[in-house]
Amino acid sequence: MSTESDRETSTKGPWTKKHLLGLEDLSADEITLILDQAAEFKLLATAGKVKLDALSGTVVANLFFEPSTRTRTSFSLAAKRLSADTVDFSSSGSSLTKGETFIDTARNIEAMGVDQVVVRHSTSGTPHLLAKHLNASVLNAGDGTHEHPTQGLLDIFTIREHRKRIAGLTVALVGDILHSRVARSNIWGLTKLGARVIVCGPSTLIPPHIEKLGVEVSNNFDKILGETDCINLLRIQFERQRGAFFPSIREYAHFFGMTADRIRSAKSDVLILAPGPINRGVELTPDVADGSHSVILDQVTNGLVIRMACLFLLHQCRQNKIQS
Amino acid sequence: MSTTLIRGGRIVDPSQDIDRVANLFLRDDKVVAIDDATAVADHLVDASGLVVCPGLIDMHVSLREPGDEKDETISSGTAAALAGGMTSVVCMPDTSPVVDNRAAVEFVQLQSDRAGHCHVFPLGAVTKNHAGKELAEIGQLVEGGAVAFTDAKNPVADAEIMRRALEYTRMFNCPIFNHPQVPELVADGVMHEGQYSTFLGLRGMPAAAEDIMVGRDIALAEMADGRLHLMTISTAGSVDQIRRAKARNVRVTAEVTPQHLALTDAELQTFDSNCKVDPPLRSQQHIDALVEGLKDGTIDVICSDHQPYAVEKKDRELDQAPFGIVGMETLLPICIKTLIEPGHLSWSELIAKLTISPASILGIQKGTLRPGADADVTLIDPKAQWTIDAGKFCSKSRNTPFAGWEVCGRAHTVIVSGHVRYRSNGGCHQK
Repeated sequence: MSTESDRETSTKGPWTKKHLLGLEDLSADEITLILDQAAEFKLLATAGKVKLDALSGTVVANLFFEPSTRTRTSFSLAAKRLSADTVDFSSSGSSLTKGETFIDTARNIEAMGVDQVVVRHSTSGTPHLLAKHLNASVLNAGDGTHEHPTQGLLDIFTIREHRKRIAGLTVALVGDILHSRVARSNIWGLTKLGARVIVCGPSTLIPPHIEKLGVEVSNNFDKILGETDCINLLRIQFERQRGAFFPSIREYAHFFGMTADRIRSAKSDVLILAPGPINRGVELTPDVADGSHSVILDQVTNGLVIRMACLFLLHQCRQNKIQS
Repeated sequence: MSTTLIRGGRIVDPSQDIDRVANLFLRDDKVVAIDDATAVADHLVDASGLVVCPGLIDMHVSLREPGDEKDETISSGTAAALAGGMTSVVCMPDTSPVVDNRAAVEFVQLQSDRAGHCHVFPLGAVTKNHAGKELAEIGQLVEGGAVAFTDAKNPVADAEIMRRALEYTRMFNCPIFNHPQVPELVADGVMHEGQYSTFLGLRGMPAAAEDIMVGRDIALAEMADGRLHLMTISTAGSVDQIRRAKARNVRVTAEVTPQHLALTDAELQTFDSNCKVDPPLRSQQHIDALVEGLKDGTIDVICSDHQPYAVEKKDRELDQAPFGIVGMETLLPICIKTLIEPGHLSWSELIAKLTISPASILGIQKGTLRPGADADVTLIDPKAQWTIDAGKFCSKSRNTPFAGWEVCGRAHTVIVSGHVRYRSNGGCHQK
């Protein structure tokens, strides 16, 4: 069944992946395909075509086993924009609080006729476990400290939107690299698209062997400021840290916080990104967050079209499989 | 009186430095002789093409009874042992309740007698309830049949307690088995700390956590003149320190598992909880060092570290799944694949690490085919090609990373105290 929106949004390359588990698994072409699809959705929205019926008659389940505001809302809205029915399941504590395992919970929800499952979980690898047990397509909305592919994609999309390219840019990821799934997804995506990536933070928050992912490592924020086109300020994940990784928040902000002073030492056209939620005054000062270099709110807007693109492409893949 | 002739096998008995085709005579529950002549016997076993060796001893298994009979029982675990070619297993005291008193150790022996599969040598706890605070009643445990002492996967973290344990067990000439790991360095860890833990965003367990504890334990054993056995070592640093300690005659021995030789931390890329073991799977550099340690005798023993878990416990989120895999039924073919086939060890060297070496560490009269020895014999078909199928395990649990592996070599016939207790074509021997 070909709907009007199918024709409007037909893509160039074929999308062949059943699941979106991480950017590690994607080629540069596949990443570009998602970005282009998202750009198309953004154009349609700007032209006033906000609601499409591409996923009409399908069900998207949002399974959030970890607190989330923007990602859950963004996925939910993205699914609704594509006319899918949505089911939201949130469990702040362990999935075992009622004695049911996480897999059983997911299977039960799938049994209600779910086509796509969006999952967020505090354990790395959980979407992979679900993909093994479910027939539905699985979208990783953040697993432990492993990957957060749609966040990586929306960060890259936002950079591309402002700079028209990714290859050749220098992007710094600053802060808590060790506990950041956003960092890993950004690294996979940006390096595949040809960017130079620097990870910068206190040495206790830079995981060993990170340079094997093709990134440069710095512990001196001021030193890299002048050569950086985009700075992505990662949140200090206090809730994931086991013990103290640095002596005080004040000391962290002194060395790695983005302040107006540091903006002045940076390139004049530097882009400031932050995946949020931000700790104002820690990773960046309010004047920077709300200043002219900041594209933080663009990121949130773009998150919606990126998630629409992902849901749409996975749906297309399912449709093609059913037809063949 | 009953006699058995095992005819024409390749007899490999490292305790006597024998590796030749010959006949083995058994009378009742004892070995009579290894001989070239044939004789009349009540039972004849044709062993041509097979390796005939002392019954294998698995020095590190958890049988889960009492307390977790859903995972394993002493009966199912010892049936799995037979299928793996073992005639003796050494079981951990980490049951529920812990084997930290004489009644508990005698219960394990009672259940193994009831099962009637293979010999079970229980270990006793070093500290009460494995809490690491006060010594268990070690002397009482020795009288009840415990052959050595360990807190299993709980390292004896307090150096003072470890010192006293090494000193106290000197009276009984029993070793302390320690799981060498500094607990605070591996807290919440699920895999080896290295490039893959970074890629996968999984909390790491650094090799240094093991190296530090191995160093501490060696220093304490040297000071206390105690007997130290380091369980399932996994790092190059451990091998190096143990090698040097042995050179200065510290009473230290060590064991390694086949999984730590066959698999690296790269396996975790599938997020399969069957690759979550403690100590964690390490990198190739550590594996190379372990193989060197096996070759030069630094590592004395190969054991399975059999850790059965019911599927509902193991098949879950990686950080909530318990550590460990079942191993008795895959030990032999994985050893062949990782050590014999690449030419690292000869059959005699491998068999030594599965027989006389664990027997001498434990001080038990096993692991040899000398005249008068117990008639525990394992016949191995070194050429048998088979596919590992967890569904066919005699163990109650299925948590193996080796499912589907095409392997070579398996136990053909297992004789315990003169009785054939297992034949590979006979399926599981369940009572």
